[in-house]
Amino acid sequence: MESTTAPVKPQFSEAAKAEIARLLTHYPDDRKKSALLPLLHIAQAEFGGWVSPEVQDLVAETLGLKPIEVYEVSSFYTMFNLKPVGKHVLEICRTGPCMLRGSDELTANLERITGAKVGETSPDGLFTLKEVECLAACGTAPIVQVREKYYEQLDSPEAVDAMLNELRNMVHRPLLPWEQTGLQHTQQ
Amino acid sequence: MGRKLLTEHINVPGIDTFEVYRQHGGYRSVEKALKTMTPDEVVEEVKKSGLRGRGGAGFPTGMKWSFLAKPEGVPRHLVCNADESEPGTFKDRHLMSRLPHLLIEGMITSSYALGANTSYIYIRGELLYVLRILEKAIAEAYANGFLGKNILGSGYDLDLHVHPGGGAYICGEETALLESLEGKRGNPRNKPPFPAVQGLYARPTVVNNVESIAAVVPIINEGGDEYAKLGVGKSTGTKLISACGHLNKPGIYEIELGVPVEEFIYSDEYCGGIWKGRDLKAVVAGGSSVPILPKELILKTAAGESRLMTYESLSDGGFVTGTMLGSGGFIAMDETTCIVRNTWNFSRFYHHESCGQCSPCREGTGWLEKVLHRLEHGHGNMHDIDLIVSVAKQIEGNTICPLGEAAAWPVAAAVRHFRHEFEWHVTHREEAARPGAVYPGKAVLV
Repeated sequence: MESTTAPVKPQFSEAAKAEIARLLTHYPDDRKKSALLPLLHIAQAEFGGWVSPEVQDLVAETLGLKPIEVYEVSSFYTMFNLKPVGKHVLEICRTGPCMLRGSDELTANLERITGAKVGETSPDGLFTLKEVECLAACGTAPIVQVREKYYEQLDSPEAVDAMLNELRNMVHRPLLPWEQTGLQHTQQ
Repeated sequence: MGRKLLTEHINVPGIDTFEVYRQHGGYRSVEKALKTMTPDEVVEEVKKSGLRGRGGAGFPTGMKWSFLAKPEGVPRHLVCNADESEPGTFKDRHLMSRLPHLLIEGMITSSYALGANTSYIYIRGELLYVLRILEKAIAEAYANGFLGKNILGSGYDLDLHVHPGGGAYICGEETALLESLEGKRGNPRNKPPFPAVQGLYARPTVVNNVESIAAVVPIINEGGDEYAKLGVGKSTGTKLISACGHLNKPGIYEIELGVPVEEFIYSDEYCGGIWKGRDLKAVVAGGSSVPILPKELILKTAAGESRLMTYESLSDGGFVTGTMLGSGGFIAMDETTCIVRNTWNFSRFYHHESCGQCSPCREGTGWLEKVLHRLEHGHGNMHDIDLIVSVAKQIEGNTICPLGEAAAWPVAAAVRHFRHEFEWHVTHREEAARPGAVYPGKAVLV
């Protein structure tokens, strides 16, 4: 069935626009492209944990880049999700030091509990499982990253349950510093 | 107990705030440098200290600084490499999140020495939460007159920004990092030109590791000669060791270089021995890319001397019987560890992280992963063991950046010291393919 209305073009929130303006002051005027990775992080936080082609086009437009300059970068770096994801993306470290402390078992347990295999989203849409390489927390292995938070020493069922329960009970993701600033401005 | 130059105050409540950091002697190096020293004098102190790059390569920091080109009218940059991604290494994350002002202080003093007026901290994207901590601390430094225009009335201006990566090990390579900071894919650049001549935005640039820049603070406070008194020979000062794997007390230890490896592993002051009362099988002493050594060779050199935590002692014996201090990512493996599985895991890492620019690395890392996978999963044959050594050899030295070597060395060393485990995986395929299976014999020293 053909859609009768044009898809709504994504737009950055006012808080994100303010943050982008701040970030752009960090680089020379003729080097705006430097802000590409920071902007992709903002976009991924703003638009549901992934960057659709439309969102990437918005990033390109914001920085005055050709869309391909954004696509070739978003596909190079592992943090940017190019497909829709669940509410929480569990990024499980699978590298040597974590493996020595039980990341294989952790991954198997998370697959069993969530009902999603690595690379998939659980049927309830809550969790996407993603394996990643070394997160620089080998001393507290095994670990999982969810957005900006590290869950460390997940070597017991209790620790895994505590993480999953915290995420299940989370209504909205935690606000980022620039969103809080934005909120204060709105409230004033 | 050795001296702690970087982490002495790390457990002080509120040390991440400007006020408490300042109360504990923070920002003294900035005052000393900007008010009483010329930039060249700061460089001279760092040279005298003997400080060697703490990211892994161990190149003398002062010498790296002295290579910086200084053409008239062209801005120069200092970029801090906070892209800590080498498996087994987690010291910079710890330092930045707990002592953000130490890195900022080091950045100001170092930027002054190099004549940089805009500096960047490139932090790996996964550490966005640490970026928030650093940004808060930077705002405090601006508010207190340690960043911005005319710092402490010296006439020196500095802006400092934190920049996140996007998830790519290769961006720890300094030219890939600069590409990434320019908003591009992290493909390492051909050298020359070196960053000291054409770095960020084609301007002269120095790239230093977090710990190296932090070490500039005690070097300026106490003097390069004083710093050089710590340590052994050309391994001066202190080093942060990230201890992980099968240890009773994994964590970050600031050691005076020269501590015996045996003491580091077994004494209660440091790692407290191997967990679960087990025996040690092997150690990867400097991050995943350095050669693995069996217990006998990590504790003592081939000549039977006690192995020390120094650049020289760890590399004693070259790659035949030695290894490297590298980043200080110290991974201990107990007797139940399967060396083949571990080697496959590391090869998968390097294959995943190869940027794909150079064929020997792009294709070679893929073959290493594939052949090691079949050895580990009971489908290998004896020829495969020589095959991975051959592939590793063909990658080494044939790529733009050292990721090729980083991928090749662990494989070559694992086969060199643990060939019997690889052979067992071929002679006992079914047994070896079972989850958790480990070569049952003792190590055979070649």
